[in-house]
Amino acid sequence: MAQPFLKKDDDHDDEADYSPFLGIEKGAVLQEARVFNDHQLDPRRCSQVITKLLYLLNQGETFTKVEATEVFFAVTKLFQSRDLGLRRMVYVIIKELSPSADEVIIVTSSLMKDMTSKTDMYRANAIRVLCRITDGTLLTQIERYLKQAIVDKNPVVASAALVSGIHLLQTNPEIVKRWSNEVQEAVQSRAALVQFHALALLHQIRQNDRLAVNKLVSSLTKGSVRSPLAQCLLIRYTSQVIRESASNTQTGDRPFYDFLEGCLRHKAEMVIFEAARAITELNGVTSRELTPAITVLQLFLSSTKPVLRFAAVRTLNKVAMTHPIAVINCNIDMESLISDQNRSIATLAITTLLKTGNESSVDRLMKQITTFMSDIADEFKIVVIEAIRSLCLKFPLKHRSLMNFLSNILREEGGFEYKKAIVDSIVILIRDIPEAKESGLLHLCEFIEDCEFTYLSTQILHFLGIEGPKTSDPSKYIRYIYNRVHLENATVRAGAVSTLAKFGAMVDSLKPRIFVLLRRCLFDTDDEVRDRATLYLNTLGTDGAVVETGEDVKEFLFGSLDIPLVNLERSLKNYEPSEESFDINSVPKEVKIQPLAEKKAPGKKPTGLGGPPPGPPSTIDAYEKLLLSIPEFANFGKLFKSSAPVELTEAETEYAVNVVKHIFDGHVVFQYNCTNTIPEQLLENVTVIVDASEAEEFAEVASKPLRSLPYDSPGQTFVAFEKPEGVPAVGKFSNMLRFIVKEVDPSTGEAEDDGVEDEYQLEELEVVAADYMLKVGVSNFRNAWESMGPDCERVDEYGLGPRENLAEAVNAVINLLGMQPCEGTEVVPSNSRSHTCLLSGVYIGNVKVLVRLQFGIDGPKDVAMKLAVRSEDEAVSDVIHEIVASG
Amino acid sequence: MELCPTIKNILLLDSEGKRIAVKYYSDDWPTNAAKEAFEKAVFTKTQKTNARTEAEITMFDNYIVVYKFVQDLHFFVTGGENENEIILATVLQGFFDAVGLLLRGTEDKKEALENLDLILLCLDEIVDGSIILETDANVIAGKVDSHSMDAGAPLSEQTITQALATAREHLTRSLLK
Repeated sequence: MAQPFLKKDDDHDDEADYSPFLGIEKGAVLQEARVFNDHQLDPRRCSQVITKLLYLLNQGETFTKVEATEVFFAVTKLFQSRDLGLRRMVYVIIKELSPSADEVIIVTSSLMKDMTSKTDMYRANAIRVLCRITDGTLLTQIERYLKQAIVDKNPVVASAALVSGIHLLQTNPEIVKRWSNEVQEAVQSRAALVQFHALALLHQIRQNDRLAVNKLVSSLTKGSVRSPLAQCLLIRYTSQVIRESASNTQTGDRPFYDFLEGCLRHKAEMVIFEAARAITELNGVTSRELTPAITVLQLFLSSTKPVLRFAAVRTLNKVAMTHPIAVINCNIDMESLISDQNRSIATLAITTLLKTGNESSVDRLMKQITTFMSDIADEFKIVVIEAIRSLCLKFPLKHRSLMNFLSNILREEGGFEYKKAIVDSIVILIRDIPEAKESGLLHLCEFIEDCEFTYLSTQILHFLGIEGPKTSDPSKYIRYIYNRVHLENATVRAGAVSTLAKFGAMVDSLKPRIFVLLRRCLFDTDDEVRDRATLYLNTLGTDGAVVETGEDVKEFLFGSLDIPLVNLERSLKNYEPSEESFDINSVPKEVKIQPLAEKKAPGKKPTGLGGPPPGPPSTIDAYEKLLLSIPEFANFGKLFKSSAPVELTEAETEYAVNVVKHIFDGHVVFQYNCTNTIPEQLLENVTVIVDASEAEEFAEVASKPLRSLPYDSPGQTFVAFEKPEGVPAVGKFSNMLRFIVKEVDPSTGEAEDDGVEDEYQLEELEVVAADYMLKVGVSNFRNAWESMGPDCERVDEYGLGPRENLAEAVNAVINLLGMQPCEGTEVVPSNSRSHTCLLSGVYIGNVKVLVRLQFGIDGPKDVAMKLAVRSEDEAVSDVIHEIVASG
Repeated sequence: MELCPTIKNILLLDSEGKRIAVKYYSDDWPTNAAKEAFEKAVFTKTQKTNARTEAEITMFDNYIVVYKFVQDLHFFVTGGENENEIILATVLQGFFDAVGLLLRGTEDKKEALENLDLILLCLDEIVDGSIILETDANVIAGKVDSHSMDAGAPLSEQTITQALATAREHLTRSLLK
């Protein structure tokens, strides 16, 4: 019975694999736990059983509710023993078992006894356990002891109480807040960790009171903090205070900067680093403020400790993004880190150097990187590739060596993500640096000769089809492309056929040769490849003579598909084979509208009331179907756009109404979604009376009342207006909900016969220019922009006045125009001073519009914007400017 | 809360990446499978590095991991990506040295498993629900290694049989070595 660990004797021959827990099994251990019930407790054995239980839990084993309860009750018996070691294990396992509220009661008295014990270890641990498992009610009983414990002369007890306070603050803030005085006393403790825990708790108690935090920081920064951890906390609180006060005091020196700078001379490395990092992260930090922080970080760079080097280089890497000049002094230390054993450090060093490097150092740097690349993992390589790409864009003159570097590493071994990063980089460089185009395309051609990734091969072939024909000697690419037709899988072969066709279309002199090649593809084994070859042979003209290709053929080959693929897919699925061929113009172009319900759901769900009708048909086809089903609106033609719902009532009112604006070429239909939130009422004959006196170009032509609107069952009423055909008329409409109310007996649900006519004022509604704009994205903005040409371009500059930040200004303009942001340009990096945003859309009348917005912010938050519009119609370009000018 | 240094987990793995003792303080890994996946990732990423003289550091999945190895024991401490790396390293060092003290110099997997109770107590003393409790190895080890009797315990509780059992086990242990 006293044998401690069962398998010991059997397994000790196999010394290497020996484990006291070999062959351990939950059932057996639970059996063993019966020793907890023995009259004569054996503390050693009990400890061992607890260890085994903890081992099982630690290995991811779970106990059923019954098992856990059983173990828990058995464990509570162990409070009888006065063996310190066993008691420690008991505390740990109680925390691990996390007993339920009704079980907790069993141990509370034992724990409360321990909490008042003379043994420090008991007090400290009992507090931690009790606070972990207790609920609010018990807390008031033990509050007195906890307050005492906070100022206990034993630091372990005080820390235990303070840390428990930090946890309890999340669940029972009102109780913990009463301990302020004791906590404040503990902040002055001589014990380092007590000070740290007390400061953390005190700050959390006061965190919503800015003035109190301010006072706390200004008194402590005068210097009474001894613990390095507490000092780190104080630095964080100080930066927070600086951040929040910066907006108030623009002039003079930054408050508390001297404190941060003083911390750079602290003896603990963690404090030095915390302070240096805090300084580099100050809003709008000046180079004078940065210098001392950079200096200490530079010292860390040559530390023998990898952690210090890593911390320093990571921080400097961030600084280099905004203040590259400030980091240049560290370049020599940084270069020696390229050979650092720790590859994370080496990668950070390289990318920092690439950010701070100047034109003359590029070649040397690339040499160093080449040796480095072979021995790091793909994920690091990708980071390096991205840094090289931005370096190349910064120094276009260096494209030759950078492009060579990229093509060299492209030939080496590597996974898909890595290769994709390289290919993407080359593609971007080709696009942005004209001189790099020819060599870059050849590198890509060589790469597809021996590329194992179908995706990359097809992407490159597509890209070649666009860029290749524009080069000085397009014929040299043909061999590479046609080789693919022989050697690759069907997907790549099909891609190669399309690319060949593009060369044929663009380069008239090549046409006869392309024809020969395409004809050979007619015998391919794959359907898609043959189909494509046939299609292209027909579109290019079957004779294969050297003639100019028609514009519409070019449009067909090169034009981007301006239809969202999802919509196309859906339309094709709905298409039933018939005499009438599929019309691509019937595919809706609107990017998916955000479903109604999704936006309103949070907060409203529990009541199920007060909210607007949850999700009537939300996509545009559903709207279109709905409108077509109403005879009055059937002859309005094709629906151009439906807006997102606009709320016309406050939340939680008697009747919730929102409106969707449906724009047709010559009509506008308002769809009012109404919900009745009063159980005692039934509404009948619901209409909206619209006053269009502030919308001169609109004339009401029809309305469709809602017969009956029972409680909590949404319904729609419609009002239609005529407006001048194709004109983006705008105007303001005021709305009045009119209906007949009938009382409903809530118990029977029956309505009375007689009703009363009543009205309910709704908010105003506006038709704005953005309602005539469809959000339609383009896949490649630059190409689209260039192919649109500058004929109908309109450029002007606007001052947007003071704004919170750039992001807010950018969003405001996007919303005003109602266009689709492209290539993720709607996201503004924080703290940036300028930003370019690309938008695309389709204006009523099916006019494609592209917008390039350049924003700049200067000193006192004044935002200026340059707006360049290209569209297929100069009148539309002007309209966009008018929208912005009047917005 | 977000301003206070936060420990996401502390791991002690063996030379094959298997768990000896682990403690998670964050909900980032809600299931045991998620935890195991994280451990596997950390282990594979660090196993080839030499973290025996100085603590090493790496970053992945937006976590900072500091680690140190001795014999077949691999120690890890994980924090969020914005955590002060040096604070994490201090916690690691405290854990590492405390385990060294508790195992009395024989730091290997066998000894660690045989004294798993001490290791678990050690983890309990270092961090409490993601908040750093203590980083000084001597203090941590001192708090854990108090295997004496409660001062007020009556002598009768320690029976002759128990005393003999203890003695016998000590003997077998020394013979096995």
